[in-house]
Amino acid sequence: MDNIELTILSQLVVSGIIAGSIYGLIALGFVVIYKATKVVNFAQGEIMMLGAYFCYYLVVTHQIPFLAAFAITLVFSALLGIVTEFLVLRPMVGEPTFSVIMITVGLGTLLRSAVGFIWGHDNLALPPPWGDATWDIGIMAVSPAEVYTVVATFFLLGMLWAFFKYSKMGLATRATAFDQRWSFLMGINVHKVFSLAWALASVVAAVGGVFLAFMGGLEPNMGFIGMKVFPAVVLGGIESIGGAILGGLVIGLCESLAGGYLSEWFGSGVKELSAFLVLLLVLMFKPYGLFGKEEIIRV
Amino acid sequence: MPSGQFKTGYSEDIKIFQTLWTKLWLLAFVVFLLVMPLFADKYTIYMSNLVGIAVIGVLGLNILSGYTGQISLGHSAFLALGAYCLTLLTLKLNVPFWLALPLSGCFSALCGLLLALPCLRLRGLYLAIATFAFYFIVEYVITHWDSLTNGTSGLTVPEPTLFGLAMDSDLKLYYLIIAIAALSMIFAKNLFRSEAGRAFIAIRDNDIAAEVIGIHVTKYKILAFMTCSFYAGIAGGLYAVTLSFIGPEHFTFLMTIEYLAMGLVGGIGTIAGTVFGALFITALPEAIRFLRDWLGNDFPFLVSRMADLQSSIYGLVIIIFLIFEPSGLFGIWLRIKKYWLAWPYSYNK
Repeated sequence: MDNIELTILSQLVVSGIIAGSIYGLIALGFVVIYKATKVVNFAQGEIMMLGAYFCYYLVVTHQIPFLAAFAITLVFSALLGIVTEFLVLRPMVGEPTFSVIMITVGLGTLLRSAVGFIWGHDNLALPPPWGDATWDIGIMAVSPAEVYTVVATFFLLGMLWAFFKYSKMGLATRATAFDQRWSFLMGINVHKVFSLAWALASVVAAVGGVFLAFMGGLEPNMGFIGMKVFPAVVLGGIESIGGAILGGLVIGLCESLAGGYLSEWFGSGVKELSAFLVLLLVLMFKPYGLFGKEEIIRV
Repeated sequence: MPSGQFKTGYSEDIKIFQTLWTKLWLLAFVVFLLVMPLFADKYTIYMSNLVGIAVIGVLGLNILSGYTGQISLGHSAFLALGAYCLTLLTLKLNVPFWLALPLSGCFSALCGLLLALPCLRLRGLYLAIATFAFYFIVEYVITHWDSLTNGTSGLTVPEPTLFGLAMDSDLKLYYLIIAIAALSMIFAKNLFRSEAGRAFIAIRDNDIAAEVIGIHVTKYKILAFMTCSFYAGIAGGLYAVTLSFIGPEHFTFLMTIEYLAMGLVGGIGTIAGTVFGALFITALPEAIRFLRDWLGNDFPFLVSRMADLQSSIYGLVIIIFLIFEPSGLFGIWLRIKKYWLAWPYSYNK
């Protein structure tokens, strides 16, 4: 392997890690909701998108400084998560998985079209507050947004990990995940845990959405990235927060490498396809994902 | 007079037409369907064709999701497979239409078998993701296999001829489509009176218990996937003929959502509900369009954002029905019927 090939490889690895961090961020929210409420949220990508659009609305339309706008976006996303849980998911407690999955698919469709309805389908750009500067890291130039994404991912991972391990609410969430009925009987406010999980997941998604907007702009179909996160979730195990990030990174790398080396033969879409092929292969042999906990079902 | 419908034997329970009135209403409906085109304009006939196709497609989805309990987010992929198979067979190999249509159904069923293999052990979330992955792969192949499918530029569907009779108008297609839709309904209705259909329902209600009482779960799951995709393939073939031009943009993920919405609105796990659902969801854009024309002068942006308005209403309809009326329009209809049967001493739960 000569020098040029090595450079290309390392560039692909770096961009894979960056894309993987975004996947990891969305997967993180997904896992938090699943852990606490056992709801499979197919609208996670759309919640991310709505956060990004809201930030755009504040920064570009209302000229609010970025940091303030970012803070407002996070609060807005938390509220959005709580309201969504209250209005849409709470009536579905105890319904079959099929209905719960369908209602989040319906929610995703609603949010995606609502964004298209309000902001249109053109690609909008969110100007980064740090200008157009790029940083040279030896092998390639990266934008600050990309670096911040990776940093934010690992920061949020650490925060969530500490939250679940040390805080009282985190303990309550873990207890609820373990057994909803018993936690309820032990005096845990399960409804509060549900609201909190949705708020946390929406905030994490909004962070991912804003960083994604810096890199690729905004358009109503960016929510579909939420669908591409599923391979990551299945790889990493749906119950594991660390696994979500790991799965995200693996899928990011896999896509980046497939895009770099296989596009010549199979065309441009092979990048997205590779993740799903890996997913189908994994599911064929491990029906609960690579690290997923096998459910024991009692009749 | 009995204040309800009481069954005293198993043969009564599995009767297709439960009462004389059902038969009469059905007869009236069939007559209406046959006579309707004489009075309707071209556009109404075209829309009726789409409803008929949707009925066939949703029946397939209902067999898989409603009766066997296997969630599928890849339904539009099967429609696309059927549509492309029919188009390519008639366009490149000059296969006659009467043969190409069942063949496209069979091809789609074969792909259903292929999807069933990794899906046999999956449930819930994992199944939903795997079927979505399948949709993604099919879409990729259609978009990128330029030499066969002409990629994003799409294909023109040759005009079908049925035993020498050119199917050159929507009216002729209309009769073909309602005939096939009626056949599909009769088949589906009878399927659930047979052993296979009962096995599907048992798998939906509890697959482990079904296995314990001796149902071959693997076999029937594969069968359900294949039946579903056969229906979708036929629907896709007819869709291609109706549109007379197909491209990847006709078979988006939104189409799957539309079909799921039809199934849910009609009442998941019912045959008659399928018609209600297909009618409701197909008529919905018309209602929105009517509203738009009415309000359009005051709110001009409504006109430019029509597509978004439409799909957001699909999402809203799914949410509202799941929360407030999970048994769908068919459930509402049953409840009204029950109410009047026992009137004036009725109570509603």
